[in-house]
Formats: sequence, C-alpha cells, structure tokens
Amino acid sequence: MRGSGNTGLVIKLVLVSVSTFAFGIFAMPPLYDKFCQITGIGQAGVRVEAPRDLPAVAERKVTILLDANANSTLPWEFEPVQRRININVGEASETAYRVRNLLEEASAGRAVYNVTPPTAARYFVKTECFCFSRQSLLAGEEKEMPVRFYIDPELPEEIEEITLSYTFFPNPDPDTASGTTASGSD
Amino acid sequence: MSSIADTGITHVHDDHDHDHKPRGFLNRWLFTTNHKDIGTLYLVFSLLMFFIGGSMALVIRAELFVPGLQLVHPEFFNQMTTMHALIMVFGAVMPAWVGFANWMIPLMIGAPDMALPRMNNWSFWILPFAFTMLLSTLFMDGGGPAAGWTLYPPLSLQTGNSFAFVVFAVHMMGISSIMGSINVIATIINMRAPGMTLLRMPLFVWTWLITAYLLIAVMPVLAGAVTMLLTDHFFGTSFFNAAGGGDPVMFQHIFWFFGHPEVYIMILPAFGVISEILPTFSRKPLFGYAAMVYATASIAFLSFIVWAHHMFTVGMPLEGELFFMYATMLIAVPTGVKVFNWVSTMWKGSMTFETPMLFAIGFVVLFTIGGLSGLMLAISAADFQYHDTYFVVAHFHYVLVPGSVFALMAGTYYWLPKWTGMMYSERWGKLHFWLSTIFVNVLFFPQHYLGLAGMPRRIPDYSPQFADFNKISSIGGFAFGLTQLIFVGVIVHAVWVSKKKARARVWEGAIGLEWTVPSPAPYHTFEKAPDIDESMVPHADEISH
Repeated sequence: MRGSGNTGLVIKLVLVSVSTFAFGIFAMPPLYDKFCQITGIGQAGVRVEAPRDLPAVAERKVTILLDANANSTLPWEFEPVQRRININVGEASETAYRVRNLLEEASAGRAVYNVTPPTAARYFVKTECFCFSRQSLLAGEEKEMPVRFYIDPELPEEIEEITLSYTFFPNPDPDTASGTTASGSD
Repeated sequence: MSSIADTGITHVHDDHDHDHKPRGFLNRWLFTTNHKDIGTLYLVFSLLMFFIGGSMALVIRAELFVPGLQLVHPEFFNQMTTMHALIMVFGAVMPAWVGFANWMIPLMIGAPDMALPRMNNWSFWILPFAFTMLLSTLFMDGGGPAAGWTLYPPLSLQTGNSFAFVVFAVHMMGISSIMGSINVIATIINMRAPGMTLLRMPLFVWTWLITAYLLIAVMPVLAGAVTMLLTDHFFGTSFFNAAGGGDPVMFQHIFWFFGHPEVYIMILPAFGVISEILPTFSRKPLFGYAAMVYATASIAFLSFIVWAHHMFTVGMPLEGELFFMYATMLIAVPTGVKVFNWVSTMWKGSMTFETPMLFAIGFVVLFTIGGLSGLMLAISAADFQYHDTYFVVAHFHYVLVPGSVFALMAGTYYWLPKWTGMMYSERWGKLHFWLSTIFVNVLFFPQHYLGLAGMPRRIPDYSPQFADFNKISSIGGFAFGLTQLIFVGVIVHAVWVSKKKARARVWEGAIGLEWTVPSPAPYHTFEKAPDIDESMVPHADEISH
C-alpha cells in the first residue's frame, strides 16, 4: 500500500510547477498591464483618441504641470515649452516640448509617459503626441514637438492639478521599438 | 536540573552488521539513495554554506566597523551584501530544512525511505554545482551580482556577463528545491504507515508538507522572473525596460510574489521543529495541535496576498497600500496563535533546559521580537520612514537568525543523538546557546536604532553619527561568528569523539515514531510498516475524540 500512486502524484506536482512557471513568465506581464490600465498607473491608463467631436467645454479650471526627463543614456536636452498651463475641462489644448540632440551624430529616442495622480489618467485624453512614435534627430538638431489633448469633463471634483511627465529613452533600432510588454495604448 | 544525557546511556549492542551500507566513499555518498545519507549531505552542505555566507557578513561588518571606506572597494561590498543573502537563503537555510526533512520525515511517519530516492540524490547533487557556479562569479570580470539579492532591474541588469551564471545558478537551486518538495509531498501523501492519519502527523511533518506546496507554487515564479531578466540583459527584450515599453516595477511585483512565500518557506519548518521540542522538554502534549496545523495553513495562504508590503514606496494607489497593510497585519493573528500555543505548552509543564530546549525558548522570545518589528513595517505610512533602512535589516535578521537558524540548531541538538548514536556535550552546547543568544542581540538590536535614525542599508559608508551603534553591531557580529565554531566542535565531538551512547528514546519526554528505532537510527528503518499505537503518536489524545 505504501508508495502506491507515486507516479500520478508526481506528474500532477510537476504540472503544478510548470504551470506556475508559465504563469510567472506568460501571464504576469499581460495581467500587470491590464491592472495598470484599470488603475491608471503608467502609460497604460491614459486614453488615446483620434481628434473628433470634443465634449462640451465646462467652466472648470484644472492646472496641468508638464515635466520632461531624458534618460542618462540619451544625451538629449528635453524640456517643456510651458511648465504649467491652466485650462478648462473639455477644452482642446495644445502645448509643446523642446528637444535638442547634444551628440555629434544622429540619434533616436522614444518617450514614455505617465500621469499623476493615477486616478486622473483615464480622464486625460491625448489626440496627438510625439510619444506615439520614435523620434530621430540629426547631429545637434533641435525641434519642437506638439502634444494635443483634452481633459474629460467627468474628471472627479477633487482633482485640481494633473502632472504629465515624459522620459526619453534611446531607441536606436526601429525593430526594437515595440517592447514585449508594450501595452496597446500606442 | 539533572541532565537527561546522564541517563541516556544504553547497552544496546552495535547493530552495524545488519546495515548493508554501500562500500566505498563514492558509492556511499555520490550514488546514495538513502534518505539518511542524503539528509546528512544536505546538512553538511548547508553548514559549509552557513560559514561561507557568514564570512561574507563579517566582511560587511568589518567594513562598517568605523565610518569611511577602509577595507574593501564599494563594488566588492555590494557583491558581499548580495552574495551573503543569496548564499544564506538558498544555500544555508533552505537546504538545511530539506536535510531535516530527509532525515526525519520518513522516521516520523514510519516510511522506509523518501518516495523517490533517485530523484532525491539528484536534487542534492545539483546544489554543489549551482553554488560553485554562483561563487565563481566573484572571480569573473566585473565581479558577481551586486544589486542586492532581490536583483531589482535596472540595477541588476548592469551586472557584467557573470549575470548569466547567477541566473542559471538560481535556476538550478530552484529545480533542486522543486524536486525536493515533490519528494516531500509524495512521501507524506503516499508513504505514511497505516494508522498515521494526516491529523496524527507530527507538526514538523505538517509544516513541511505546507512548505513543500509553497515551494512548488513560487519557486517557478522566481525562475520566470530571472529568465525575463536574462532575456532583457542578453536578448534585447524589454520586460522590465521602460524604454521598450516594459516596467521595472513589474519585476518587484513578480519577485515579491515569490519572495514573500519564500520567507515563510524558511520559517514554517522552524515552527514545526519548535513544536516538537517544546512538548518534549515541558513533558506535556503540544497545546492546540489542530489550531497549530490550521494556523500554519492560514499563514501559508496569506503569504500569497501580501507581497506588495515590500514595495510600499513605489507609488501604489492608496487602495493598494491599505489592502496590503491590512492583509499583512492579518498574518499576526495565526502567528499569534502559534506563539500563544507554544507558551501554553510550557505553562505548568515539568520543564528542563537541555540545549535544544534553550534554543527553542530563545526562538520563541527572539522570533517574536522580529515579528513585532514586522508589524511596525506593515504600517504603510510608517514604512516610508523604515523602507530600505537598517530597521528592515534588523527585522529580517531577527526572524531569520534567532528565528530559522536557532530552530535549525535546536533541531540539530534535539536529533543529533538519534543521528550519531552518541550524546553531544551538554556543557558546550549550552555555552554555544548562551554566547549565540547574547551576541545575536548585540549584533542586531542596535541596527533597529540605526534604521530609525535613518541609516540606509547596502551602503559601505555612513555618517559619523551612526558610528557607535555600528561598532557595537560589528563586535556582536564577530563574536556571534566565532561562537558558531563551538557548534562545529560539538558536532565533530558527537560524531567522532563522544563515548556516551544515546538511548533509543533520547529524551525522557520525547514521543514519536523516530524514538522507537535504536540510536543511531539503523541504515534502513521501517522496512516493515510499524504498528502504530497511541503511545507512539504525540497528538493521539487530542484526535481520538
């Protein structure tokens, strides 16, 4: 009696370990993206829409704070043209960022972004952004890049200030542009 | 206090002739499939790793003896903190528990051996290779891993090419633990002697069964996490690389989904050993056996839903902070049940204080201190102050050193006469206990103050205001390290020198199947299933009604 049924049990236990491995490597990254989308953390939460009928503009001011960083591995100068803007909710707004390549050669980068507080992310609607695609700059080139967006009037009452932050990372090869866990936001 | 050891002399004649041990060193140790031999291999290996990891800790404490950079390069210091943790967690504590499982589980449930003896051999012999590979990274270009044992990207991705060796070493340790766990589960489920029902099993067997399930559930998750690091490092993926659309914070979630159950993997078998030792020397059955089993199971369940309390400061939504805070605090309830039951077991018992009992009582007191500082860390608002300071270092060393390691030592003293057939030196054992207990507190208690005052962990230098407490801590560290040589001396003495034979029932109050076989336990035991009567099962009285 003792020791009978070992094979069946071992097969089951091995299957458990294999499936938890698969869970870790194949299920966790997409689940994490989904979670971020729902909670509005990172760039997954921000809505991206084609410019179309905008909602009615309401008389309610919000302050948008604009922030820019270039990763230490990308020698670019990157800053917002305006640091803070006051807009009405629902109002189609436009601002711009200035970027300059400090290198003696052409280089390319891609910006990732997030919105703080995370609960505001789903009400932050971008209609156009330089972060949607890879940006290439010639040696020493400088350019101004627009961002068009509006704030959904459904924005919760208690939010009066929203920070939009970008970080540019090097992106030398267009083939590597899409990350393994890149969410569908772009 | 008359020592049991004095009456522990028996006149059982040597029965080595019937042992049929394999002849020749290689046959005996390299090809062995015997659970006792493999248990011994695991224990010796983990003791060796304990000293290697301990020496690394002494490098850390030597550098921190006074402010400023004096002995080692900061890069090497970082490699020491990282390797110390990896070696202690995966090389010392975990294999030591597997060694105990191998030796004791078959003896405690009346099985002739582990369920899968050949796999057992393999799961041990992977380990020396894994750790040779891990340690060899210290001699490679760019050095070993230096980003902390948690291997957080992007920092860990700056490790040189030795990183691949680290990842593969972690894979091998994982495979070893998973095979060990499968073996433990199969043994406990299928190999129990008739009459050894699940709720009659000794608590050490119960805690190991639950630990084994935790292991097969989370070790593969760690394997997945380090595999993703490997592909990010060498194959251009961007799981954790923000530039490519990944997220470094995701690594922290995946790592701690493994990491939190992992800390219970290191402590649950300790709970089991303590629950064996306290009743023996209190001469009373364990108080609340069933409650202990259910408390262990609830701790194991809760360990899966609290991981983010290790990362309160990453910028979580408030709801997340609150959930992980309350869930973490909930763990104090089953843990409190355990501590309560241990104290109640001793209450009004006829206690004697042999070395295993001293270590067990030391465990109950000092582990509780570590548990309490854990509750402080669980308060998410307060954690912003404690995060990544020496307060955290003090906390997890209190639960791991006078926690897991004390339990390992308690268990070693408790079963050493069963393993070797000889009594160890009670005098030296007690000296080992008292010096360890004093110096472990000298070593780790000041670190609470350092952390609260703001000294960050994993940094080779510190502000002069922290000098005094660091000096005290370092003195404690060196004294604690040297004290462990006594432990080796006691074991060597018990194996090769001691002339004092142990009885089958080594301790007067000991109940359980392992005490029904002679000391030393013959090479093969329970080839015929034992007839289990109530007197052999410590918890039978509670279960029968």
